[in-house]
Amino acid sequence: MAKVIIYPTNSLILSDLVQRFGHTPIAMMEKIKEKVTTVGVDSPPMNITAEEPKHGLKYAAVEVPAGVRGRMAIVGPMIEEAEAGIIVGESPMAFGCMGCARTNELTKYLIRSREMPILELEFPQTDDEGQEFVYKIAEFLESLPESEGDSEEATE
Amino acid sequence: MSEENNDDVITKLVVTSSDSVLPIDAAMKIYESSTDIVIKETCFGTMVTGPREAVNKVVKEIVDLDKNHIFVKERGFPPGDDRRCRASRGGGSRPGFYFLKEEAMMLPMIGKALDKYDEHVPLKDTEHKKKLGVKDLRDIVESSL
Repeated sequence: MAKVIIYPTNSLILSDLVQRFGHTPIAMMEKIKEKVTTVGVDSPPMNITAEEPKHGLKYAAVEVPAGVRGRMAIVGPMIEEAEAGIIVGESPMAFGCMGCARTNELTKYLIRSREMPILELEFPQTDDEGQEFVYKIAEFLESLPESEGDSEEATE
Repeated sequence: MSEENNDDVITKLVVTSSDSVLPIDAAMKIYESSTDIVIKETCFGTMVTGPREAVNKVVKEIVDLDKNHIFVKERGFPPGDDRRCRASRGGGSRPGFYFLKEEAMMLPMIGKALDKYDEHVPLKDTEHKKKLGVKDLRDIVESSL
């Protein structure tokens, strides 16, 4: 079972497809869960503490805005953990929780910099594009190493 | 929800985009199960919170109702969390809902594609829109002069 990082990092479709085809999605939601449910880390109404921008220094220089470094403190370790990646571009909705365009650029850059299998696509607009989108993702995921042992997650 | 043993408590979003299964069907399936989980029905589907094993078991049962048209992802915040729930934030969509809504609008397309994938329907050659090249743009500008 390969760990596949997805971009957008909170995508429902990508997270579901990766799990559906027998791999583990590395998504933002699980990391946020750790942040907001671990006693002592939580700092309402923020999701991160003042420590995170310091951890983010590993991925972005000190003159980069704290918001980018704070986000990278969560996204950076996800990229390091990944064994494969799916990047979906042309995502007009990559704002809101996805936030900062510069973080998104840096995230995509760091994923591409890793020497690992990467699939790059665009979000589909029509049924034909949707079919191609799913087929390419399925083909990519099936080309990754097979699952070892039983799958913990159960969406399929 | 118990604050103890938080590591094992997860929340999953179950988004239904099915012609045959409604969010209430999914909710009923959960009510039928005797496991110790909490659910919240929403406009897009259901949020299921509880111990990891119980949630995975119930979610699998729901997905099996119409596996290509029910989608699942984990959620970071528990349902009704003060930092996200709009009830305590003065209205408006909760953060993260915009993306979910955009993706939910794509789900019928993805569901159809998954059906075709299961039926081994061959992929059609689709033409992709290309960006206009600089040379082509210059030709157009010059031709209109």
